[in-house]
Amino acid sequence: MATFASLSDRLTAALANLRNKGRLSPADVDATVREIRRALLEADVNLDVVKQFTAAVRERALEAAASQALNPAQQVVQIVNDELISILGGQQRRLAFAKNPPTVIMLAGLQGAGKTTLAGKLARWLTGEGHRPLLVAADLQRPNAVTQLQIVGEQAGATVYAPEPGNGVGDPVRVAEDGVRYAIDRQHDVVLIDTAGRLGVDADMMKQAADIRKATEPDEVLFVIDAMIGQDAVATARAFQEGVDFTGVVLTKLDGDARGGAALSVASVTGRPIIFASTGERLEDFEPFHPDRMASRILDLGDILTLIEQAQRAFDEEEARKVAEKFATDSFTLEDFLQQMQQLKNMGSIKKMIGMLPGARGMREQLDNFDEKEIVRTEAIIQSMTPAERRNPKLLNGSRRLRIARGSGMTVTDVNQLVQRFEQAAKMMKTVAKGGVPQVPGMGPVPGASYRGKPQKKKATGGSRSGNPAKRAAENAALAAGKKEPASAGGSGFGLGGGAGKGAPSEEDLAALQRLLGR
Amino acid sequence: MAERTPWSLAGRLRNLFGGGGSTADAPAEAPADTSPDAPAPTTTLAPPPAPVPVPLKRVIDEDTWDELEAALISADFGPRITEETIEDLKAKVDRFRTTDPRDLQRMLRESIEERLAKFDPTLRLTERPAVVLVVGVNGVGKTTTIGKFANFVRNYGRSVVIGAADTFRAAAVEQLATWAERAGAEIVRPQHQGQDPASVAFQTVEHAKRNGIEIVIIDTAGRLHTKSGLMDEMSKIKRVIEKQAPIAEVLLVLDATTGQNGLLQAEAFLETAGVTGLVLTKLDGSAKGGFVLAVQERTGLPVKLIGQGERIGDLTGFTPHVFAQNLVGV
Repeated sequence: MATFASLSDRLTAALANLRNKGRLSPADVDATVREIRRALLEADVNLDVVKQFTAAVRERALEAAASQALNPAQQVVQIVNDELISILGGQQRRLAFAKNPPTVIMLAGLQGAGKTTLAGKLARWLTGEGHRPLLVAADLQRPNAVTQLQIVGEQAGATVYAPEPGNGVGDPVRVAEDGVRYAIDRQHDVVLIDTAGRLGVDADMMKQAADIRKATEPDEVLFVIDAMIGQDAVATARAFQEGVDFTGVVLTKLDGDARGGAALSVASVTGRPIIFASTGERLEDFEPFHPDRMASRILDLGDILTLIEQAQRAFDEEEARKVAEKFATDSFTLEDFLQQMQQLKNMGSIKKMIGMLPGARGMREQLDNFDEKEIVRTEAIIQSMTPAERRNPKLLNGSRRLRIARGSGMTVTDVNQLVQRFEQAAKMMKTVAKGGVPQVPGMGPVPGASYRGKPQKKKATGGSRSGNPAKRAAENAALAAGKKEPASAGGSGFGLGGGAGKGAPSEEDLAALQRLLGR
Repeated sequence: MAERTPWSLAGRLRNLFGGGGSTADAPAEAPADTSPDAPAPTTTLAPPPAPVPVPLKRVIDEDTWDELEAALISADFGPRITEETIEDLKAKVDRFRTTDPRDLQRMLRESIEERLAKFDPTLRLTERPAVVLVVGVNGVGKTTTIGKFANFVRNYGRSVVIGAADTFRAAAVEQLATWAERAGAEIVRPQHQGQDPASVAFQTVEHAKRNGIEIVIIDTAGRLHTKSGLMDEMSKIKRVIEKQAPIAEVLLVLDATTGQNGLLQAEAFLETAGVTGLVLTKLDGSAKGGFVLAVQERTGLPVKLIGQGERIGDLTGFTPHVFAQNLVGV
């Protein structure tokens, strides 16, 4: 995900200047803080928030400078990271459910923020969590918003309560109120009220929203806001806070390249937590918001936790252990590879996953050019092999390769490349599984850093030390926290090196798979 | 742009330039990053400064520039344009040896107007049929803009057909049909759910040619400019239309609440869709849309229309003078 990518670019660049310095002078701090300020402004963070943020960072950085600590750059990264997390709301906040169902959730926001789509996503997510949501169509303003909600509800498999046709006809307050009653009668335990988009300056519409709130007494009022919004985020958020007093924020369209300053501004100015993030047009492109992970993303520490969570959902743990064993005993075959790849596909978009990896910033361009069909093609090649060939690639002679190429609609060169990549990766995985560090020049500890069609990166100059100061800071932090640094450096800085990581090698698997996929 | 809101740039500038009636000499609000005990960022910000008791500025001093910077940044001008503008104004203030904030305000308006007026906001709809393709990211108000635009053109006595080529979003076609009906325009719908948008566009232009309709407006699905697959789909729509008739205008709809991301949107759409003009929507809110200055300068695309409301008449042509005046408040 390219969210915040540019902000992290800027911050990383600003901090890179500090990297070579052994000691911080106040002048260095000021220069860095100025860079951070500009980076944040370009990311549409509200000016007041920027001032506060830079003031806090500056103060703490000066303290660090005064204490003459070593590795000041790492400290600054750490400080920025801490401050980002605290602005973004510290802990992740979960949706508050009512003690006595139904839980009423009201959605409010500007026009075009994505409320109706979000209603569908939320309904789908709630259904997955074992709830029975009811969607209430209280947007009677926008032409055919009701129809849209009905379609979205159908896609999400949720019931839609839409007594009024909309298009300016009907009273949204009554509809919302009746909706809650309808939910009680039909035993729906969650009610989602979709309201019309409204401007913060529109007093009548704000009053209407407040009336809906009064009539339905929602447990949560979610303020839906577009991640691309500019400085106006604060004015709008304040207006909605005064008008309806929302309890949480949902950020939408995070899949674009918006630098997401709105997230910082709104969270900081209203003091309300961001609860969910919406990241795409499909109903499943939706996730709970984790402030710490988002901060890591901003700083390009990657979002390993989300990635692993997704992996755990898609991967069978038993399966994963078997694969790890196979890696170790050198019996990993193309057949296993195929299976792994199919599991990988279950996890959703490869692009998005790779975007969560640390260091992904450097390969965003390549990421944009990544063709998801590459997997399909690789699959086709393997499926054109006989079971014997899949188990033992050494069988593959020229005529077999030609047959496979024909069968899969690819060229012999493609087949050759696949086999080559597979062998390399299998070798590497064997080393990793046995606890060694794979000897790949320039690869460093960054999983998936090499990318399709591009020459191998010579990015990490200092061997296995991360070239990214932020990441190194995290590694050091993990070390300081008393964690033994595991042999394979990939992602180990994230506190995963301990017990849990060993049993399920999904992380290393992924790295290898990505290397395999990305030629 | 009827009346300004308390958050408007005009409001901020009015205070700054001493337009307010109060002469209370409360100290200027100290910028937060100079105060040693800035509150922790987790706490909510202090409420916005009350609009009235602001010092009446008689001379231009450092505070004036700080406040001007804050005002421009808040209007989404972006750090680069803000710096440029302030440098430019500082030079002018020096040259004309003025200390009156009102001169500064006038110079600011002129400077903005000058920047905006470099581009020609005229819509070119001379071909018959004149095909207008409307593109943009999700939720900026494309469909609404088309409804208003159809009405706008109908008011000049032209016949209009709208092509509902947003076959992706749920109920987009119905939404557009409602607008078409209000505007008294014909509509060409997809024959089935999920039909290729390019084919809908093709049929619309065909329909217009067959029936001698003068203006064709094609709605497209909202797409984030980072999704290359969707961007390719759009260039296909464009290619397919061009087989029938030259495209008169490709209008990119930008939401005034958008921040600096608007720039990236414009660049991406210019590259793949060959945008010829911008439409700035939702100007009736508290957002100023200051980023269009940067967009215009970076891409050379003129703003051609502005939308400022949900009613069908809330769409007007773009006048640099009026826009600058509304922005600055003089």
